[in-house]
Amino acid sequence: MIKKYHMHFNIYDFTSFTQSIDKKLNELMSPSWALLSEFILVGLVILTFYAIIGLYLVYAERKVCAFMQNRIGPNRVGKWGLLQTIADLIKLLMKELIPIKQADKILFNLAPFIVIIASFMAIAAIPFAKGLHAIDLNIGIFYMIAVSSLGVIGILLAGWSSNSKYPLIGAMRSGAQVVSYELSVGLSLLTIIIFSGTMQLSGIVASQADGWWIFKGHIPAVIAFIVFLIASTAETNRGPFDLAEAESELTAGFHTEYSGIRFAFFFLAEYMNMFIVASIAATVFLGGWMPFHIGGLVAFNQVMDFIPPLCWYFGKTAFLIYLIMWFKWTFPRLRIDQLLTLEWKYLLPINLLNILLVAFLVMKGWYF
Amino acid sequence: MNSIIKYITDIFKGVKSLWNGLRVTGYYFVHPGQIVTQQYPENRKTLEMFERFKGEVIMPHDENNQHQCTGCGICELNCPNGSIEIISNRIINAEGKQERIIDKHIYHLSMCTFCGLCVKTCPSDALSFGLKFEHAVFDRHKLTKVLNKTGSSLKKDVVEKKEVKV
Repeated sequence: MIKKYHMHFNIYDFTSFTQSIDKKLNELMSPSWALLSEFILVGLVILTFYAIIGLYLVYAERKVCAFMQNRIGPNRVGKWGLLQTIADLIKLLMKELIPIKQADKILFNLAPFIVIIASFMAIAAIPFAKGLHAIDLNIGIFYMIAVSSLGVIGILLAGWSSNSKYPLIGAMRSGAQVVSYELSVGLSLLTIIIFSGTMQLSGIVASQADGWWIFKGHIPAVIAFIVFLIASTAETNRGPFDLAEAESELTAGFHTEYSGIRFAFFFLAEYMNMFIVASIAATVFLGGWMPFHIGGLVAFNQVMDFIPPLCWYFGKTAFLIYLIMWFKWTFPRLRIDQLLTLEWKYLLPINLLNILLVAFLVMKGWYF
Repeated sequence: MNSIIKYITDIFKGVKSLWNGLRVTGYYFVHPGQIVTQQYPENRKTLEMFERFKGEVIMPHDENNQHQCTGCGICELNCPNGSIEIISNRIINAEGKQERIIDKHIYHLSMCTFCGLCVKTCPSDALSFGLKFEHAVFDRHKLTKVLNKTGSSLKKDVVEKKEVKV
């Protein structure tokens, strides 16, 4: 039984904006050219967004890490060190691309692009505000999980095509880790899908108009949220689960043979993956662009609606990104056997029990 | 049954220890007053180095321009790369006996490894570490210093240690 939720109609709807652009383009040129120019426009917007957010996430990580370690972080290049990542990017661009003789050249060059493409495809489905998304599939969540899983192909290719022992081992370990934790990611998102009854991302956000799922779906939603956070930091090779690339600090890792701009791609893709999983968690558990509403209090909800949805969305995502960074700089790294034990012996049983619980609760209607 | 109980208590103990760790780093994050980084060129006027800092080797002189160096040459013998050269003279002292007196205690700051052996092994505690650290110069010869000041003399009642405390 799917409950109907009432939308508050004073939130600005971006579909009118996007439709007006569509109309203007169709007036100026023939439909197929208009379509092509829309593709290019959306692509450019997402590219710019990707680049800027990627750069400033690296800066934010360095600053957050510094404050947690009682130091200051970059503060010389530009005011408060804001231009530091740009300087680093220019340095990386100028580095020599070392070609490897016996490596499989096509796969070697292809691998960084695959990880970037996987995260690009995932950004396309995120709803930033009402009507502000590149595409609103009716299988939104399923699409996002499926597409983020493509990143592991890039990692395996990078390890295999480097034609060297250590990248291969690092890539195999990373592959095992990512594939295992995808189970937990999918199962924890399944709880909210059962609650809201729809996989469409705009539908999930709309169903939180009277409160976020983390509050409405009390115990199982909180458990699912915690499990999702842990599983997604493992999925993106981040935080205490970064064995595959920590080896590059110690001996080697899957991106050891990459230099210059190719390494920058892997690096950037990791930060964007972190942004994507934070967005998914914010959308599914914390209400996406929906302001903080409490069921019956209409006046309170009106006040909350004054803060624009874009701010709500970025605020929630920033909070979750801060949480993920907090995890990374607090906890020591896990060994590969500890990683896999955590998933298969702890997270997966908890997830399965959680789903049983959610199914029971939804059947009885014991949630808000 | 025991293993199930252990499993569940393991989870809770694990989460509690993680939470304790998060509290520590969270505390540091919201307390920028705990930052220990010195923003160097801007805080030169107020910067004080800590007491045990090894900036350079100096020979402390008191208010009467007197030092404690007897010119024995033990620091020169102990210096691992020869950064110290002692030039001493033999003079006839007041009681008519021959005595060694320091003429120049030459210290090559450019070669010094700051190991501290000269400070440690000096039997009369004549040398110590100074706190000044801005030694960059344009002319290498300025890095060869004479540690005993002009017109200084040996302090009376200088007691020479027999053993070096390690």
